[in-house]
Amino acid sequence: MPEQTIDLKKRRFLTQATSVVGAVGVGFVAWPFLSTWKPSARTKAAGAPVDVDISKLQTGQLVRVLWRKKPVWIFKRGAEALAALESDAVIKNLSDPDGSGYSKNQQPKYVTTNYRTIKNKEEVAVIVAVCTHLGCSPTYRPEPGAADLGGNNWKGGFYCPCHGSKFDLAGRVYAGAPAPTNLLIPPYHYVSDTLIRIGVDPEIS
Amino acid sequence: MKNKQSWIDQRFPLTKVWNEHLAEYYTPRNFNFWYFFGSLALLMLVMQLVTGIFLTMHFKPDSANAFASVEYIMRDVEWGWLVRYLHSVGASAFFVVIYLHMYRGLLYGSYKGPRELIWVLGMLLYIVLMAEAFMGYVLPWGQMSYWGAQVIISLFGSVPVIGPDLLVWILGDYAVGDAALNRFFSLHVIALPLILVVLVFLHIVALHTVGSNNPDGIEIKKNKDKDGIPKDGIPFHPYFTVKDTMGAVAFLWIFCAVVFYAPGLNGYFLEHANFIEANPLQTPEHIAPLWYLTPFYSVLRAVPPMFGSQFPGVLAMGASLLILFFLPWLDRSPVKSIRYRSPIYKWVLGVFVVSFVMLGWLGMQSVTPLNVFLARVFTVLYFAFFILMPWYTSIGKTKEVPERLTE
Repeated sequence: MPEQTIDLKKRRFLTQATSVVGAVGVGFVAWPFLSTWKPSARTKAAGAPVDVDISKLQTGQLVRVLWRKKPVWIFKRGAEALAALESDAVIKNLSDPDGSGYSKNQQPKYVTTNYRTIKNKEEVAVIVAVCTHLGCSPTYRPEPGAADLGGNNWKGGFYCPCHGSKFDLAGRVYAGAPAPTNLLIPPYHYVSDTLIRIGVDPEIS
Repeated sequence: MKNKQSWIDQRFPLTKVWNEHLAEYYTPRNFNFWYFFGSLALLMLVMQLVTGIFLTMHFKPDSANAFASVEYIMRDVEWGWLVRYLHSVGASAFFVVIYLHMYRGLLYGSYKGPRELIWVLGMLLYIVLMAEAFMGYVLPWGQMSYWGAQVIISLFGSVPVIGPDLLVWILGDYAVGDAALNRFFSLHVIALPLILVVLVFLHIVALHTVGSNNPDGIEIKKNKDKDGIPKDGIPFHPYFTVKDTMGAVAFLWIFCAVVFYAPGLNGYFLEHANFIEANPLQTPEHIAPLWYLTPFYSVLRAVPPMFGSQFPGVLAMGASLLILFFLPWLDRSPVKSIRYRSPIYKWVLGVFVVSFVMLGWLGMQSVTPLNVFLARVFTVLYFAFFILMPWYTSIGKTKEVPERLTE
């Protein structure tokens, strides 16, 4: 065999080429492992729409259902509560009353301003009961004038016990709260006058 | 005996390791009270590993069964209550020890060169330990487990653009549920403990490479006798193995008093609401993380939302942890130990300790305008300690550091 000298250039090239190929390999192998963390097929299938019968829902009453494992409120607002939603006294204290600012993705396009419900069905609100701050479920505080929530300025709404965010009875966030946006309105529609289907948009007519 | 030892030594460096790390590892002779907490942290790690292994034999990582399986351990498994309480009190005790261990580092400048890497590895340990503790707290699937997980995981959802998808990926579902519980269990019992053990190993190897600091902040390796042994050093074994054992006995005495007489420590070690099973429809009236996470939780709450996003608060919380890593490079003082530092530094350290404790306390309180204001003040003071450090450590008159240890 002839005397050999070490070709450092070739060695460096081989080291680098091997490293690059190895890194690509690691990337490919990592993908299936990381993908196991995504929602499984069974979990995805469990995200089906939920039907709620509202025939027995009284004014002021609130029911909670789970939709995609998140709590959703369905509650009925009286005339006084609806009037408050439109009043200046409430609106001037909200951070995004008409849902056109930071909260623009927090409601489907077909809901009404101020009431945030499907048209002509303003009494019954459907709201995802998850605070937009850090995911706690706010407490239902419908009584106007509650002393611990600002007395006469409080027209009824929701109070998050975790970090003190306040929302009105349409789930709109009060200015100065830690929650950045209004509560989420899920897609929903009426199957009949007394049956709400949560998770599906109404058919466009 | 001698033969057996040499038989092993030819195949494994047993005597060499023993000498390097114990019998001939020279340790400053003036270690005081504050130097117990390193070995106590190791003791707590072993405690958590052993009790954890036995709890895993009875616990069911399933959202339908987890809560009941913990009650089963408490009531039906023989001595199960003891193992469970050792583990739950152990978690808090671990953090008590770690916080005192870190404070020792601040007092005597143990993070300063040449021990920067020991500090950085220690900080990594601290962060992994927080993740480990958080995931462990989710497992009993009580109300606090559930809603605590909900709040902490929501932090990831606030990341701009990728947040919502990241959140679903972490949870494996659209909300906290069985998938999250199951993967947290896996991380809590396998992945993170493995990382902890490896980091502890690296932390100790790095320490034994440069040698221990001491209350005087003097490098004992600068004064060696003719055999190359530091004049102010004594072998770790038997001197400090015996002393640390005594420390462990005293510590375990207090630890057992808590385990047997106040395992929940009135809501500080086990929150009351966690004795109610997780209910996704109802958030408890008042929720707060366990005490060891509350200083950072306070920072999170102190920052108001900006640009319609909670992310600035999350960034501030991340920064409050991250900034600790840079301590060795922020400190410009020519001396290490508090004994020789300028009076200015002593005041600043005092303000920092008060701020940290107050942030911790505020993190357990409910949100009121006064509390938010105080949290903002102490958050600013917390960050000021680090940001102004290059300035206040370079001014002020330090005392002359002696050549040899003083006591």
